[in-house]
Amino acid sequence: MTANEKRALQINACKVRMGVIEGTYAAKSGHPGGSLSSADLFTYLYFRELNVDPAQPDKPERDRFVLSKGHCAPGLYAAMALRGFFPWEDLKTLRHIGSHLQGHPNMRSTPGVDMSTGSLGQGVSAACGMALAAKLQKNPCRVYTLLGDGEIEEGQVWEAFMFARHYKLDNLRVIIDNNGLQIDGPVDQVMSPYPILDKLSAFGFETAEIDGHDFDALEGAFTQANAVQGRPFAIVMKTVKGKGVSYMENQAGWHGKAPNLEQYEAALAELRATLTELEGE
Amino acid sequence: MADVKKIATRMGYGAALRELGALHDNIVVFDADLAGSTQTATFGKAFPDRHFNCGIAEGNMMAAAAGAASMGMVAFASSFAMFAAGRAYEQVRNSIGYTQLNVKIGASHGGISVGEDGASHQCLEDYALMRSIPGMVVMSPADEVEARAMVKAAYEHQGPVYMRFGRSPVPVFHDEETFRFEIGRGEVMREGTDIAIIANGLLVAEAVEAGELLAAQGIHARIINMATVKPLDETLVRKAAEECGRILTCEEHSVIGGLGDAVCSFLSETRPTPVKRIGTPDVFGHSGPAGELLRQFGLCAEHIAETARRFLQG
Repeated sequence: MTANEKRALQINACKVRMGVIEGTYAAKSGHPGGSLSSADLFTYLYFRELNVDPAQPDKPERDRFVLSKGHCAPGLYAAMALRGFFPWEDLKTLRHIGSHLQGHPNMRSTPGVDMSTGSLGQGVSAACGMALAAKLQKNPCRVYTLLGDGEIEEGQVWEAFMFARHYKLDNLRVIIDNNGLQIDGPVDQVMSPYPILDKLSAFGFETAEIDGHDFDALEGAFTQANAVQGRPFAIVMKTVKGKGVSYMENQAGWHGKAPNLEQYEAALAELRATLTELEGE
Repeated sequence: MADVKKIATRMGYGAALRELGALHDNIVVFDADLAGSTQTATFGKAFPDRHFNCGIAEGNMMAAAAGAASMGMVAFASSFAMFAAGRAYEQVRNSIGYTQLNVKIGASHGGISVGEDGASHQCLEDYALMRSIPGMVVMSPADEVEARAMVKAAYEHQGPVYMRFGRSPVPVFHDEETFRFEIGRGEVMREGTDIAIIANGLLVAEAVEAGELLAAQGIHARIINMATVKPLDETLVRKAAEECGRILTCEEHSVIGGLGDAVCSFLSETRPTPVKRIGTPDVFGHSGPAGELLRQFGLCAEHIAETARRFLQG
């Protein structure tokens, strides 16, 4: 990745974060914390990794992305809008009556959303079914799914992980956003999922642990995944919940709360300054 | 019906899957460590590359089936009714119902006729659970011939389907040559205008026998096989209400939320008609041989006939 390519990704990630703030402020609800911790991943996927085409959102050979932690829809929607799946202005309709942007992703209303999710633990299973079907169909696509570190407390996730290994789903990419916080507090205090990496290894995954805000590291991990055969691949991303909006960073309280007008303006001002700085480089 | 052939409807499920598998490459079948019981093993033997055992993990199975369906496959997913409709309810609701994906749930061992395994495995709530999901088709066949036809209709149908099959052998009374099945269409088994008896599953054979018992007493009951619980054949129910005046429903399910409730809900809003419901009351089942349990809970021809007779008197 060249310095210019990386800066372009950083600029887009900053815009995705602005979209998260725009959407949740307009909705007066939603989940900014996890959307911001995953913003760099969403950006990397939609601008560098996924084989998708906004002009043909249903093309059979496209890569699939399943947002298993469906509550981070504001981040997904912002990345998809920026990539051209629908107008950026739509973000301001998030969660409104009549909007195609439902509170959690709906494959029947939003072009380019591959699976309806929101009930934690189900998306990763659906992604496994997609990867399995792709192999049967000799479809070269890959299937990506993003889970939260709180989400993996759901037993179904481990059913899916067994399935992924059993059926040798090497076309599957599991990403876990390890921002360390869930609604009721730090994940290790609510119900510790640790050690995540050891558990994934024990379930037969090839793994990588990276800084989820480092585009070089993301590229390295996804490149590493492409070399693995016969086993699924998982990336555990260490991230900061609320990343990019300083007053939201590492605050569990910003898991599922929208900014008020004052907070909205402060967040946008900070992100605009970041954007100006990046564009000025 | 002592001299007729008896086959469990789940056998028809397995046989139809195998037939369909030979015709259509896009069929995949998922099971959760019950392939021998649900009969999906019949498909698995013929098409091992398209049969996926998920282990004892029904939640993952349902959502994985949804994922496969999103790729253009027609995914059949099977377990016992208790675990397909009960354990995995929320996966069925969110990953299959809400998405309207082409997943066909083949649930075996429904009802009290599971027998000796007892209450933990006797699912008497599956129609109620599945009916409540928007767009879900809910069906149960009366015999093995209907089971096979139903599975083929489910394959052709666009969207989610729930089918309940039984564990125990039941009389085969449909003629394979002439029988035609259509989702949402009931079948008049016997004409009559004194009372209409609307049944499904293994209670259709019992209702037909009840019709004979009643005829011997000069009561002419219309017997209807309502294999599709949802969408209900409202035309047929309304006609029965208009022409017979009284309706008795019979199902191997709780009287709460099943076929009887579907008939009552429809009639109370469109043509108020006296209805009595035969089913299990608001209690759990228990262990015992299937035949004895069915009689104990009144799910038999004699009790149906007696209930109909008293209904007409009262």
